[in-house]
This record gives sequence, structure tokens and C-alpha cells, in this order.
Amino acid sequence: MSLAPTQSIAEIKARNKELIQEVLKVYPEKSAKRRAKHLNVHEVGKSDCGVKSNLKSIPGVMTIRGCAYAGSKGVVWGPIKDMIHISHGPVGCGQYSWGSRRNYYVGTTGIDSFVTLQFTSDFQEKDIVFGGDKKLVKVIDEIQELFPLNNGITIQSECPIGLIGDDIEAVSRAKSKEYGGKTIVPVRCEGFRGVSQSLGHHIANDAVRDWVFDKVTPESKPTFEPTPYDVAIIGDYNIGGDAWSSRILLEEMGLRVIAQWSGDGSLAELEATPKAKLNVLHCYRSMNYISRHMEEKFGIPWCEYNFFGPSKIVESLRKIAGYFDDKIKEGAERVIAKYQPLVDAVIAKYRPRLEGKSVMLFVGGLRPRHVIGAYEDLGMEVVGTGYEFGHNDDYQRTAQHYVKDGTLIYDDVTGYEFERFVEKVQPDLVGSGIKEKYVFQKMGVPFRQMHSWDYSGPYHGYDGFAIFARDMDMAINSPIWKKTKAPWKDVPKPKLLAAE
Amino acid sequence: MAQSAEHVLDHFELFRGPEYQQMLANKKKMFENPRDAAEVERIREWAKTPEYREKNFAREALTVNPAKACQPLGAVFASVGFEATLPFVHGSQGCVAYYRSHLSRHFKEPSSCVSSSMTEDAAVFGGLNNMIDGLANSYNMYKPKMIAVSTTCMAEVIGDDLNAFIKTSKEKGSVPADFDVPFAHTPAFVGSHVTGYDNALKGILEHFWDGKAGTAAKLERAPNKKINLIGGFDGYTVGNIREIKRIFELMGIQYTILADNSDVFDTPTDGEFRMYDGGTTLKDAANAVHAKATISMQQWCTEKTLPFIAAHGQEVVAFNYPVGVSATDEFLMALSRISGKDIPEGLARERGRLVDAMADSSAHIHGKKFAIYGDPDLCYGLAAFLLELGAEPIHVLSTNGNKAWEKKMQALFGSSPFGQNCHAYPARDLWHMRSLLFTEPVDFLIGNTYGKYLERDTGTPLIRIGFPIFDRHHHHRSPVWGYQGGMNVLVKILDKIFDEIDKKTNIAGKTDYSFDIIR
Repeated sequence: MSLAPTQSIAEIKARNKELIQEVLKVYPEKSAKRRAKHLNVHEVGKSDCGVKSNLKSIPGVMTIRGCAYAGSKGVVWGPIKDMIHISHGPVGCGQYSWGSRRNYYVGTTGIDSFVTLQFTSDFQEKDIVFGGDKKLVKVIDEIQELFPLNNGITIQSECPIGLIGDDIEAVSRAKSKEYGGKTIVPVRCEGFRGVSQSLGHHIANDAVRDWVFDKVTPESKPTFEPTPYDVAIIGDYNIGGDAWSSRILLEEMGLRVIAQWSGDGSLAELEATPKAKLNVLHCYRSMNYISRHMEEKFGIPWCEYNFFGPSKIVESLRKIAGYFDDKIKEGAERVIAKYQPLVDAVIAKYRPRLEGKSVMLFVGGLRPRHVIGAYEDLGMEVVGTGYEFGHNDDYQRTAQHYVKDGTLIYDDVTGYEFERFVEKVQPDLVGSGIKEKYVFQKMGVPFRQMHSWDYSGPYHGYDGFAIFARDMDMAINSPIWKKTKAPWKDVPKPKLLAAE
Repeated sequence: MAQSAEHVLDHFELFRGPEYQQMLANKKKMFENPRDAAEVERIREWAKTPEYREKNFAREALTVNPAKACQPLGAVFASVGFEATLPFVHGSQGCVAYYRSHLSRHFKEPSSCVSSSMTEDAAVFGGLNNMIDGLANSYNMYKPKMIAVSTTCMAEVIGDDLNAFIKTSKEKGSVPADFDVPFAHTPAFVGSHVTGYDNALKGILEHFWDGKAGTAAKLERAPNKKINLIGGFDGYTVGNIREIKRIFELMGIQYTILADNSDVFDTPTDGEFRMYDGGTTLKDAANAVHAKATISMQQWCTEKTLPFIAAHGQEVVAFNYPVGVSATDEFLMALSRISGKDIPEGLARERGRLVDAMADSSAHIHGKKFAIYGDPDLCYGLAAFLLELGAEPIHVLSTNGNKAWEKKMQALFGSSPFGQNCHAYPARDLWHMRSLLFTEPVDFLIGNTYGKYLERDTGTPLIRIGFPIFDRHHHHRSPVWGYQGGMNVLVKILDKIFDEIDKKTNIAGKTDYSFDIIR
């Protein structure tokens, strides 16, 4: 199914442009005009991908996006393990996001760790009519009684909270005071705010700034002796253990990781982060806000990195080491050398099986660009990509560092568009989410979930790359894809002679 | 370094190695400001006590690990059961992403549904424009035969009026005037997903039967011999509805399955994505008004729909998720009575085989204690089956069960000598169940995937029956209704019982004597 090698870039571009025009035909005029701005064919040398982004989704089109609550509770706050995150409002939001994001952690669940519990105020009609603040007060009291070892509480607002005028900030302040200065964080991440998960990330970042950092005095002594090599991992949610397979490399090169944001993270780590010498930022989209804040307020530089695939890992290790002395620079080289045999063996094993295979991606956060290098390390080519909730700065990074000339770009793709694109481009693999997985598998196209790593992982770091390579191979080269057509179908029927 | 290309280690093994274990231990000690281990242990033990249970059961505001979802999920589930129907949920878009993910994770199938993507401006001005544009887009892109509208809590809080909005949208040309757009208000802060199922189904029937929101004449009922059947919100809809159809056909009964989503949640992988598949035809949905009777397999999924149907002159009969011998007997006898058709010998043989299997295995189940949680009807059906097996469903908990359910459960317990120590817990959650399992232990737990946390904490082996089941594959394809369904449930329970016996007796040199080859 790979692209015919004879197809030139010009031909690919022409086909992709035609494809865009074709999908736009299905929309009513007004919507076609809006969607046209989100679809493009990348031109090499351009500073961005030539698409509009971070705009409202069009009603009724089957957007893949989620909401601000998903961005705050589901992404940023949910993984902080020693705090209790209340899904404040009706039962559904917390239920559908319960344990589904694979934010790995270690702890005594239900006693000192709470990531895989679903705490909700389960709003009833009377709470909507009379307001939910009184219920929230009681919810917090009951949490304190039944879960005494929690280190803090966040209130993750669902849609009704902002609509009925509840004052969760006042409740938080009063309760914090009552419980001896306990960290209680109100988060205004109602699902109708903004256009996607993205605003929820921002709101959640701001809540850390206002309700965690502002409580800690920067001069206060940390609980540990600082070293010149202290860094914080920002924007790694430890999906399948990603942050761990990243941390191990940073530590091996001589750095000390004092905090993980937020996969397997704790309140103490959030509070200690202003003591870091460098913030290393993986998911730019969801945590650039707090990184910029720490730069401005505490003078901590931040550095984006990419731990998918050996090429980018090497580049990133050296980039990070560049902020430190020779000891760390040597450490980076030592780590690179140590893992080179593993990289060589993984590539020797899997590249011949994957060489020349094409991939289409549609994911959130950093992955629409960040994983491209890992595919290329395996000899694969990403022929289409797009962001669920990216902004223009994501598309700039994508254009300048990742995608090739002629790549099909689709922002906030709709179900219809994605199906047509895949149908026409015929990639060997699609990488997207659970809602897309079965659609494409039914079509006979190999698929990997690139949010949850399809229940595998980690994919970050050198250890993760081996798993990534194995998984892509098992998706593409699974014998099942040869069985999708019944053998008796599509067989030319023997011609019968007409009885004359 | 443990990783290698020859034997790739993923999260199952990678992190168990000494390098990662050391790293995690250092992280905890140095940076997490962990609680004192003895204190953690003390609280862990305290949380097992009757004292903790008392405080736990005194909760008035906090819900922890509920076993229920919200209304629109049920509305979407019901809506996709109609021919080429696109569910359209009016409100915030994140909700729809959640319903689709939730259903896909359970059925391992695509789940198609759209949102009107309301944001801040719609919160202020209402979502009329979202409805107008949304219906037009959906209609043009996905070519449905029907769009079934429901609501998220956002639209409900601001008070959007679906009837008026749909009317206006049609006037503005979003969809043709005669295009079917049934609707149901499904506020997430009332009831649960079973309520949403009920509301959506009633909305669809009302649309077809009662004059399509004032745009057509009401249907005049001309009674025929057909029987309508409603499955209710059911994680086993694929297997169950197919089993029900087989039974109807064996009995020679003309029938209409309402909201038949058994095909759309079980489409083949053959190179074609079927966004719509199977489903109750719109014609059959309309003609269902003429049926002789309607049977609901789940009373609490049809609390509004059944009275609505009854008011149109049909007999209505409700079951409570019939599982096992007597419940299936009653179901078949009801079919026979209503249709006037005899129950064929083939079904009697199936019954005999189930009784045979229960007799063969009875010794292993008799007297075993169970805890069950789930939707109210499912709990009832499973509890009734356990009582037939001589087992004791000691704790039966339903987060979306109400007082009436509790009363009905207690009546069931009262009807059996094996129910004397059993209790029903309406409106409780899985953190309550945790206390129950610690303070009044049972042998086995029956519930959905989330029960695995209870299994881990309390050591009570989990038998996965319910919704959602995310971490085991394909069980939804087999029925749990009918005698054959009863057989499936029986085998599921027995497998767990035998696995547990083996697990407890497999220490060589110590428990050799009970590690039997024949059981």
C-alpha cells in the first residue's frame, strides 16, 4: 500500500490538494469555507504549515477534540498522585475519564495515592438549582475524614459550575484555612471554555501558579540539599511509564530530577520545582505556560526536548547538556555511547521490516511532530499529520523541524475528512486515538493508538524506542491484515459462454 | 540495561528491574515527601474496620468510584440502534468525545456521534446557531436517515429548548422539513445512563407515533400480532439481542427489536468501515405502535417508555434482566402467552441442558457468597440466578438503584432460603462496596472492570459481568440471556471458582492434597 516510489513530490502535492478540494465539497458552503483554512499541503521552507488552528470546532462534524475539563483533570492535574481531584458537577465527566489515561504511578491507592479513584460531587438537580458550594464544603470535609493522608485537593469544574455562579474559590480559601493551610486548588476548567482541551491545560497551569507556587516562598529551604544539576521534567504524563524511561537517562548523564510534571508527580515535587536549575519540557503544548512563568518569576530557563527515537534523543541529550558544565556534557556522550548498541540492534531488527512504510498521524499535544523522527529512524515516512488542539506555534515547530515537503496537514480533522484522506492516501499505518482505531482497522488499515500507546509503552527514551519499534512492526506486519478479504470475493468469475 | 532488541521488555517487565526500582525508590525518598510508612499502614488497616465503614456509610455529599454514568451516554446507546441514525448531542463537545471513547473501549468498535460544540458564547446566547449549523453539517457529511438529538448538562443548565431549536433549524433549511429529528432532554444531573436510554427511546417513539412534533398526523393504532422488544442499556447487547432474535424465530413470532444496536456494535473487518449497520428500521419503529405488546428486558431502563407505550393501547411487560432458568422460563412463557405460540421442544431441550449443567456443577457453587454491583436490572437478574444455584448474593449494590429497586431486591431475597442474609444497597458506590467486602467478606465479586481495584484491595476474586468491561475482550459478543446465555454465565462463574481453588492449592510440597485433576 506504500506510495509508489515513482510518485514525485509534485505529483503528491497535486494529489493532496485535489483531495482537500474533494473533502470540502461535502460541507455546506459556510462550513467548507471554515474548514478550508485548516487543511493544507506543506510547502518546504515555509515557517508554518499554512493552516489556522486553535479555533472553534464546527458543530455537527464529529471533531475528535475534547474539552477544558479533559485538559485539566484528564491531563495536567489528574496524575498528581498524592492529591485528590474532585470532578465537581454531574457524574459523567469523572466516570468517562476514570483510569483511562494510563498515568502510571506507584503508591498505596486509596490511602496515600489517588490517581485511579473517581471522586465526584455527583450533582443532582437540587445542586443545580440551589448551587453546589454547600455540597462542595461537605465533600471536602468527607474527603478529610475518610482519606486523611491526602496531601491536597483540587476542584475540577465541570460545565454547570461556571453557569450557576458557584464560588469555588471562596470555598477553597475557607476550607484551606480551616484545615491549617492545606493546599486546595479551585480550577475553572468548565468544558465549555475555549475550543478544546488546550485552554484546560492553560487554566490548570495558571492554577498551579496561583494556588501552589504563590503559597510557597521562593526563599524557603527545600526539603533536600540543592545541587547545580537539579532539573524538572515538565510535560510528561508517564503514559505507560514514559517519564520513568526519560528520567533514567537524565539521571545517567549526571542530572538530578527533582520533579515530574505531572506523571507520577506529587505536590512536594510541584512545590520544589522553583528550585530547579533547568526545566526540561517535553509536551510544549500543555505546559509551556508554567515554564514561561517560572522563567519570568524565578529565572529558570526551559528547554524543549524530544525523547522519541534515537536521532531526536541524541539531539536532545546534547541540547540539555549544553545548559551545564563539561561533567554533564561528558555524561550525555556516555549515555549516547552506552545505548548505541541497543539502538543499532533495534534498527537492524526492525528497519528491514518497516523500511519505506508510510504513516498518517492525528494526535494531540506534541506527538503530531515529536514522533516523526522515531518513524524516520525506522525508515518510515510520515505523509500526513495534524493536531487535535495545536496552536500556530505547534505548526511552526512542525514546519521548521519535522515535516517533509508535500505532507498533508489537517488541523482539528473531522471524522469524515480523516476517513477520506486515509482511503485515498492509503498509508501503511495510522496513528491516532481510540475513537479512530476501529474505524481504520475495519478498513483494513493497521493502526496504533498514539495517546495510550495502545496499552503498551513506554515509548520515550532508549528503552521506549525498542518498544515503539516492536509495536509498529507488530501492527503493520500482523498476518491478520491479509485476511480481511474473503477469498471467494473479488475473484474474477469464469466466463460462461452464452448459449446461443 | 535490561532492554534488548531480541527480547523487548515493555512496561510489564521493564520497570521491575533493579535500575528502575532503585530510581523509583530514590524519587520517593528524596522528592515526594512521602508519608511515614507506618502511618500509611495504620490508615490502610483502619480503612478495613467497621468503624471506617460507619463513617464511610455516613457520607452525604462525596461519591467515590460510582458505578453509573450520565444520561446522554444511554441516549447515544439507544439512538445508534435505529437504522442509519446519527446521535447528535447538543452541548459541549468534550462530552461526545467521552461517550465515543467509552463505548469504543467496551465494544472494541467505532462509535459515531456528533456534538453541537457549544462554547462560551453559546453559554451566553444559547445554542440555537450551533443547532442550525450542526444539523446542516451532520446531514450533509454523514448522510443519516435520522438524527437523534439529546443534551449535555450545559445545554440543560442554560435551558435550550430542543423542540423549538429543531423547528427553527428546519425552517432555516438545515435538514429537510420531513427529515426525522427526534429529541430528548437528557440532563446529566438527573438519573443515570439508564434514564438517558429511557428518555431517548421514548423521544424516538413519540416522534414517530405522535405526529413528529406536530408536523404529521398521529399514527392510528391498528393492532397486529407483532411483539416489540426493548433490550435496555446492556453491555451484552450484541450477544443478547441476537439470542433474543433466535428465540423469536424458533417460536415463529413476528417481532420488532426497538433500538437494535447489535450490528452497529459488531461490524466485520473486511475493508469497509460501516458507520451505520443494522438497527431498527424507521418504518418498523413507526409501525411498532401497532404491535400486540412490548416487552422490556429491563424495567429500570424503560420507566417512562413503557407507560408511554401502554398509553397507546398495548400490553407492556417488564423483566429485570432475565438470567438463568426461572427468569428465562417466565420470559418464554410470557412470549407464548402473548403470541399464542407454543414454546418449541428445541427450547425445552436447551432448558434441560442448562439445568443439567447446573446440576453437574452445583456442588461447587452451592453456599458460596457473592457481592454484585451494577445497573439495577442487571443486579436483579444476576442475584436471581445465584439464588437458583444455591449461592448467596450477600451484597447487591447499585449506584443508580433507587428505593423501589431496593424493595424489589429485598422481596427477591425474601423469596429464597438462600437470600436470608442478603442485602440491597441503592445509591451507594464502590467505596461503600470496599467497606462491605472488608467487614463482611464474600467469596466472589461480580461487576465491571472497575471491580479490579476492589479485587486488588480486598482480595475478593472478580467475575467480570457488567458495563464497562475494558480489560477483557469479546465477552459482549456472547449472550447472557436465554438458556444459552445462562450457560455462559454459569461457565464464567465456574471458571473463576476453579481457578481460585487451583491458585490456593498450587504450592508444591504443601497443598498437594487438594490440587485435584478431577473436579
